[in-house]
Amino acid sequence: MTTFLQILLNGLMLGGLFAIVSIGLTLIFGIIKVVNFAHGEFLMGGMFITWLITTQMGLHPYAAVIVVVPVLFVMGALTQRLLIQPLMSARDDHIQIFATVGLSTALINLALLIFGADIANTPPHGLRAPLEFGELRLLTGQVMIFGAAIVLVIGLELFLKYTQTGRAIRAVAQNRGAAELMGINVNHIYVLTFGLGAACVGLAAVLIAPLYPTSSNIGTYFVLTAFVVVVLGGLGSIPGAFLGALIIGEVDALSGYYIGSDLREAVVFGLFLLILILRPSGLFGARQNLSHLS
Amino acid sequence: MLTVENIHAGYGPTSILQDVSLDVKEGEIVTIVGANGAGKTTTLRTIAGLITPTSGRITFCGEDITRLRGDQVVDRGITLIPEGRQLFPDMTVRENLLMGAYRRAARDFQDERLEEVLDIFPRVRERLHQTASSLSGGEQQMVAIARGMMANPRLLMFDEPSLGLAPIIVSQVFEVVQQIAAKGTTVLIVEQNVYSTLKVAQRGYVLENGRVVISESAEDLLQDDYVRQAYLGI
Repeated sequence: MTTFLQILLNGLMLGGLFAIVSIGLTLIFGIIKVVNFAHGEFLMGGMFITWLITTQMGLHPYAAVIVVVPVLFVMGALTQRLLIQPLMSARDDHIQIFATVGLSTALINLALLIFGADIANTPPHGLRAPLEFGELRLLTGQVMIFGAAIVLVIGLELFLKYTQTGRAIRAVAQNRGAAELMGINVNHIYVLTFGLGAACVGLAAVLIAPLYPTSSNIGTYFVLTAFVVVVLGGLGSIPGAFLGALIIGEVDALSGYYIGSDLREAVVFGLFLLILILRPSGLFGARQNLSHLS
Repeated sequence: MLTVENIHAGYGPTSILQDVSLDVKEGEIVTIVGANGAGKTTTLRTIAGLITPTSGRITFCGEDITRLRGDQVVDRGITLIPEGRQLFPDMTVRENLLMGAYRRAARDFQDERLEEVLDIFPRVRERLHQTASSLSGGEQQMVAIARGMMANPRLLMFDEPSLGLAPIIVSQVFEVVQQIAAKGTTVLIVEQNVYSTLKVAQRGYVLENGRVVISESAEDLLQDDYVRQAYLGI
């Protein structure tokens, strides 16, 4: 029984981790309708900066948030302004996909050039210390990630619902032409949204760096699962991505223990294929294709 | 107030407007009459900054607005209520109306303005917390007009506001247009319901194949043999 509870708890923590990585991805997709294949490399960049700040300045890894989140915001905003926006008038949407894939490859190679192929371990400063609840154990850093994911989801939802800028972001997603007629500068909203999405993954990077070794290909490792989470949650839905992440986290943990740790990914991606076939709009995203009606 | 001089405009290489000129004076209701494809919507969209004319000049209150973007034109005080309502479907009616007050000059007074607008549309008030997509067509049109008014524009442009609505709602729409004008907002309106529009307008332009062919007072247009035959079916 303890083992089962421990696995459930591990799954929950893993879910929090997947959630915090996926939120920015689903935000960018939901508003700009661009799949950012460089999302994982943004994460990797943020983790390297966290590592640099922690090792070079001897600070607590969480202190890096002051630098990483703004840097990632600017990176995201520039990606939209300089790479995606010039391609937005292109008739073929696939060009944007190729552009972000290209950016992803470029960033991986840039990381190899600067940091080499070695693994960078961020000093954990106590974040890998276990918290014990009776016989159940969790890492402090995991609990922090889970809490941050919840705060981020609620914070973003409040921002999108109750601020004029947040409403403008939703308006652009629901009817771009009408948003322009309201006096909204649509291109500004896109730049802001891409920046926000990247800033979210910056926060994720700071929280993940003390728990996972950083390398140039770490982004691919996380972001593949993030795509599954985003599809499961209904493309573009932030609470959907959160719930989707918890489900994938549990599936990953349970299948890893009961089916075999080698087969976890097979189970997760098997589930991904099933969702695509049976419920392509995701578990929580039935409205996605109705936005043009009104 | 608004002067359009010799504009040519269209979508990509396709030219639709050929040398269109018109003007709207403060406090007027002016209408543009014409068949489908004559360029009425294109004219409104060009004024609204959604299409940049290839040549010609548009001035508003003395300022050249020919090359401004859509959001900049809204900031100057021109709002277009588009054909087909174009609400934000997953937002509540209230959120839709607040989006109407996005422009800087309107934002600070949005709460007072909301009350004013809801007094004109009691039906919209009842639906305030429903999502826009759950409303009937007539209700959606009222929300679209109310949303346009939320910007507190100096010039309000209507593109086919009665399209697809039941006759009783259509007459309500025209009443509202008159009310808006009576409160001092200048109106430029494009309507397929030519007779009712000429009844509320002071002046009208007839547009054919992207050119202005007649420019008269609404009264004279109602008496004009050609207009009666071609657009009123009399």
